[in-house]
Amino acid sequence: MRAFDYVRAGDTAEAVREAGGAETRFIAGGTNLLDLMKLEVMAPGKLVDINRLDLGGIEATGEGGLRIGALVTNSDLAADARVRRDWPVLSRALLAGASGQLRNKATTGGNLLQRTRCYYFYDRGEPCNKREPGSGCAAKDGMNRILAILGTSEHCIATHPSDMAVAMRALGARVEVEGQGSGREIALEDFYRLPGDTPHIETVLEPGELITAVILPPPAGGRQIYRKVRDRSSYAFALVSVAAVVAVENGRIAKAQLAFGGLGPMPWRDADVEDALVGETPSAALFDRAGDILLAEAKGYGGNDFKIPLTRRTLAAVLTQATEDDQ
Amino acid sequence: MQFQLDVNGERHALDLDTRTSLLDALRDHLGLTGSKKGCDHGQCGACTVMVNGRRINSCLTLACMHEGDEITTIEGLGRPDDLSPLQRAFVEHDGYQCGYCTPGQICSATAMLDEIKAGWPSNVTGDLEAQVEASIEEVSERMSGNLCRCSCYPGIVDAIRQVAKEEARA
Repeated sequence: MRAFDYVRAGDTAEAVREAGGAETRFIAGGTNLLDLMKLEVMAPGKLVDINRLDLGGIEATGEGGLRIGALVTNSDLAADARVRRDWPVLSRALLAGASGQLRNKATTGGNLLQRTRCYYFYDRGEPCNKREPGSGCAAKDGMNRILAILGTSEHCIATHPSDMAVAMRALGARVEVEGQGSGREIALEDFYRLPGDTPHIETVLEPGELITAVILPPPAGGRQIYRKVRDRSSYAFALVSVAAVVAVENGRIAKAQLAFGGLGPMPWRDADVEDALVGETPSAALFDRAGDILLAEAKGYGGNDFKIPLTRRTLAAVLTQATEDDQ
Repeated sequence: MQFQLDVNGERHALDLDTRTSLLDALRDHLGLTGSKKGCDHGQCGACTVMVNGRRINSCLTLACMHEGDEITTIEGLGRPDDLSPLQRAFVEHDGYQCGYCTPGQICSATAMLDEIKAGWPSNVTGDLEAQVEASIEEVSERMSGNLCRCSCYPGIVDAIRQVAKEEARA
C-alpha cells in the first residue's frame, strides 16, 4: 500500500473542504477502498475519514419515503423494520450481498461507489482502461464470464457489482450530495455514467462531492422480489440479478419496476421493458417479449454469452412469481 | 500517527503508520495473535473481531480509524481456564481441525448470535418480519464470511446451534 495522509473530518463542511485535491478519497467502511489500496489499484495520496460525520440515521421524509444517511451500514439498513415492511426488495438485495462482517462495515454511500470486480481491473499486470486510461481492455478477449452484456463500449465491459443499488434503481431512489458550498440531489438513474471512452469516470459526482444520503420515494407496494443468480449460494457477486416491484390489478399488470444487476456498468433499468408489460395480461409469451426488448442490444464477449439466455429466463421466472394468483 | 485503541477493556497508546490495518495493529503491535491473517482481503474471515459488539474483518479497516471504539478479540472472549460458551462448544463438537480459522469463527459466531437475537433477517429468512431461529440453513448462511479449509462446517454449525439453544433456554 502506498503511503497517504489521513484526516479525520468532524463535519460535512470540513470533509468537503479537505477533499479538494484530485488524489483525495473519502473513507467510510473502507471494505472496497482498502482492498484496492492494498493491491495499489487505487493509491490516493490522502484519505478523509468521514465516520465521525452525523450521517448515520434513517428518517421518514415528508412525502412518506425514507432518507437513509450515507453512513448507515448495509446491516442496519437491511434490518430496519420500515425497510423490511415497506421496501422489502431493498432488504432482500442487501442481504443477498457480501458477508455478515462486510455488511457491518459497508455503508450506503460507499456501496453505491464500489468498483467493479473485473479481474483485469484488479490485475496491475494487465491493461485496463478503467484503472489506467488508454492502456486497453484485456477483458474483451479474456476471461469475461462475469462481465457485462449491456451498456459496454470497446473500451470497457465491466459490471457494477452492487446488489443494493439494483434495488434502489427499481425503487426510483435519489442520491443527495454535498459539494463546496452547495448540495444537490441526483436521481439514481442519472448518477452513473456509461463507460464510452472514459470508463475511469463512473459517476456524475464532481471532485470533492460527498454523498450524504439516499432518498427512497414512498412505498411502491406491489410484490417485491430480488432474485440473484450466482456461482455459489452465499457470499458471491451476481451473474444476473433482478429487482422487481410488480402489481397486478384485475388480471392485468398495473405496475412493473424492474432493475438488473450483473448485466451492465450500472444497475440497469429499461423503461421500454416496463412499458411493454404494463396494461398487459401476464403470460409466458409476454415475459419473453419483455426479455426480447431488454436484450435487443445485448452483446456477449464469448465467456459471458450465457448471460443473455440466463437473463431472459431469470426475468421470466421473476415475473411469473410476481404475477402468480395465489400469493 | 499517534492514537489510542481500547482492546478487551484495556487502553493502549500507539504510534503507527496510517497504513496499519486493525489486524496488524492487534497482532504485531499489541501481541494479540489470536486473530489470524488468512487472505488479508476480507474473503476468509480469519481476522474477524468485534468492534462495538459488531463483527467485522479487521484486515479491511485501518487501526487509526478506531480510536474510541470498543474492540473485542478472541483473547477477550475467554481464556483456556475459562472458556466462553462458544469456545467450549467448538471443543465438544470438533468445530475445527487445524484451528487457524477458529478464532475468527468464534468471534463471528458470538456476534452473529446477537444479530439473531436482535431479529436481523438473512438471505435465507422466509418472512422478513418473522422471528428467526438458529436453524442449520440460517447458521450456514450467516457464517458464510468465515471459511474453514479443513471443512469442519458440520461441527461448527452444531457448536453454534448448541449455544443458541442454551442461550434460548437461559
